[in-house]
Amino acid sequence: MIRVFVEGVGLQGDGLDGWEAAAAVLAGRAEYRAAPASIPPTMLLPANERRRMVKTVKLALAVGTQAFAHARRDPSETATVFASSGGDGETIHEILESLAAAPIDVSPTRFHNSVHNAPSGYWSIATGSSAPTSSLCMHDSSFAAGLIDAAAQTVAEKQPVGLIAYDLPYPEPLNTVRKIGSTFGVAIVMAPTRSDRTIASLTLALEPRNDPPTPMAVHALEAIRIGNPAARSLPLLEALARGIESRIVLEYLASRSLALAIAPCFATASL
Amino acid sequence: MQPLYLTNYAIATSLGAGLDETFLQLAAGRTGLRPQTYPGELATWTGRIGALEITPLEEPFAAFDCRNNRVAAFALAQDHFMDAVAGLRDRYGPERIGVFLGTSTSGIETTESAYRRRANAGASLPPDFRYAETHNIYSLGQFMRRLLDITGPSMVASSACATTAKTFGNAARMIEAGFCDAAIVGGADSLCATTIYGFHSLGLVSPTACRPFDSARDGISIGEGAGFAIIEKTPPASLMPSAVVLRGFGESSDAYHMSTPHPEGKGAQLAMERALASAGLKPADIDYINVHGTATQVGDAAEDRAIVSLFGRETPCSSTKGYTGHTLASAGIIEAIIAALAIQHDFMPGTANTEEVDPALQCRYLLRGERGRVRRALSNSFGFGGSNCSLVLERPA
Repeated sequence: MIRVFVEGVGLQGDGLDGWEAAAAVLAGRAEYRAAPASIPPTMLLPANERRRMVKTVKLALAVGTQAFAHARRDPSETATVFASSGGDGETIHEILESLAAAPIDVSPTRFHNSVHNAPSGYWSIATGSSAPTSSLCMHDSSFAAGLIDAAAQTVAEKQPVGLIAYDLPYPEPLNTVRKIGSTFGVAIVMAPTRSDRTIASLTLALEPRNDPPTPMAVHALEAIRIGNPAARSLPLLEALARGIESRIVLEYLASRSLALAIAPCFATASL
Repeated sequence: MQPLYLTNYAIATSLGAGLDETFLQLAAGRTGLRPQTYPGELATWTGRIGALEITPLEEPFAAFDCRNNRVAAFALAQDHFMDAVAGLRDRYGPERIGVFLGTSTSGIETTESAYRRRANAGASLPPDFRYAETHNIYSLGQFMRRLLDITGPSMVASSACATTAKTFGNAARMIEAGFCDAAIVGGADSLCATTIYGFHSLGLVSPTACRPFDSARDGISIGEGAGFAIIEKTPPASLMPSAVVLRGFGESSDAYHMSTPHPEGKGAQLAMERALASAGLKPADIDYINVHGTATQVGDAAEDRAIVSLFGRETPCSSTKGYTGHTLASAGIIEAIIAALAIQHDFMPGTANTEEVDPALQCRYLLRGERGRVRRALSNSFGFGGSNCSLVLERPA
C-alpha cells in the first residue's frame, strides 16, 4: 500500500472538455451533454510543428499541459509515465496498408509516429524535459498499470511524476477487432508529499478481486468508461471532482484489483 | 538504489541459444548476421533466428502464436529459466512476483500478414486474426504470465530501443514500493516488415552487416531476440555466488528529435551519470562499457562524445550489435546479459564486422575480445524519441 498526493488533472473526452468543465459534470453540478471530444492545441510547440503531430500526440500533449498548469509544476523537471493500449491507430493502419501494397513505400514520418512512445518523445521535446519517461501498455488495464507505475516511481524516487493516459478509436479494419468507443485522454500530476498544491491524497493497494470495478452512475459516462482503456480512470476522476472521501476499485489483474482510497486535501496555506 | 540480484537469466538471438552458446560465439568473434533481400530490392543483413528453432506455440498457448511470442518462448526454454521461475514461485508465491517486460512491435508481423491476406483494401481482416493475443503490446505480458504461472503486477513497456533496459527500473521501483518481492524483466522483439521498411525509410539500414564505430559505418542491421532475467531483493544464500548485482540504473530524455540523437550525446551522458549516481560509483569504478553503438554515423559519434566526456579515453568499450544485429526493444536486456557474461568470464567482447575504428571516435574501443578483470560493467541503451537508459551491473562481493 502506498500513498501519493494529487496536484493536478487534465481531461479531454466526449462531452468532457477540460478538467474544470468536466469536474462540474463529474461532481453532479452540471448535466452531462454528449459532444465529440475536442483536442485543444498545445501552446508548447509552434504551429508548424503542431500541424504535423498525429492525434495521440496532440491528445497527450493537451491533457498533460492542462494537468501541469493545474498543478503549477514545471514539466521540464518532472518524470512522466505514458499509458496507452493502442498507440496511434491511424498511423499504424497506414503503415500496414503501405506494407500490403506494391511497391512498398513507408513514410519516415509515419514510422516515427507509429512507435508507442511517440507522445512521450514529443512531450520531452515540447517541454524541454530530460527527465525519465516510460511508455507502457496493459490492454484494457493500461490506465491502472500506468497509475501504479507512476505512483511507485513517485514513492521510490521521492519525486513528482506526471501520468498521461490516452486511447483513440482505430480505423477499420482494426476497429472491428479492437473496438475503442471514443477519444479519451487523462493526465494526473502526483507528488510524494503533501503541499499547498495538493488537491487529494490517493492510496493504492492491491486486493483480491472480490468487488467488481466501480461503475459510473450516469449511463453515458459508464459507456465511455467501458469503451476506452484510458477512460477506466473515470471513477477516480469523479472522486477527485466530488472532493469527498471515497474508495473505488479499478480492474487490473485477473486475480487482483487496484483499490484506491481518495481523500480530499484543502489548501491550508491561505488559511 | 538498494542493490538487486539477478539470480537467473536466459537469452536467445541469431548468435545463439542460451548463455553458453552466446558466450562461445562472442569469444570466437562469430556474427549471427546473414544477408537478406526484401521485396522492392531492399538488400540488407539481418539477425534472424532459424525457422526450426522458433516453432508455433502449442495448446494451451496457441492463441498467443505469433513470431514475437515464439521468440520469447525460445529464450524462456534456455538456461534452466523455467526451473528457476518454479523456484521463485515457491519462495515468494505467484502473486508476489511482477512481470515487467518490453517490446517495440509485439506481434505486428501477424497483423502485416493479415492485411496482405485481405481480398481488397476495404475488406475486413481474416477471422483467425487475434488482436489482443498477438498485435497488442501487452500480448507478451499476458502470454508470459500464463506460461510462467505468475499472477503479480504486470505491464509491457514500449519506449523504443531503451525499453528492456528500462524494465529493470520499473521492477526496482515496484519492489521498492512493496507491490512485489521479485520480478521477471526483459522482453522480446522479432523481425517484421514494419521495422525493416520503417528504418529503411529513414535511411538507417545498412546494405551490409553493420559495422559499429567503423569509419565506413553506414547504418544498422536489424536483429531479433529475447532475454529475460529474474531479479530479487533478498535471494537465498545458495543463489548468491552465481548472481549478478544490479547496482544502478539511470534514465533520461534527449528533448531533441524524434529519430536523431542529440549530437553531443547530452541525453546519453545524463543517463550514464544518473546510473553512476544511483549506484554511488565514480566513472573509474567501471571496467567495461557495452555501448549502444548501432553503427549509424550520428549515433555512434554522439555516444562516443558522451562516454569520453564522462569516462575519458581508457575504459574499454564495445558494441555487440555486429554479432546480434540491433534487436530494438530487446537490445537492453540482451546487452545487460552480455555485460553479465563479461563479468562472469572476465572477458570483454570485441566487435564483429568492424575493420577500422573511426579515428574521429576517441573512446578505447575494442575490435577484438580481451581478457581482463570485469568487476563492474555499464550497459547503454538509447532509443527513438530520445529515450535513454544505462545500467550498472556488478560481480557480487
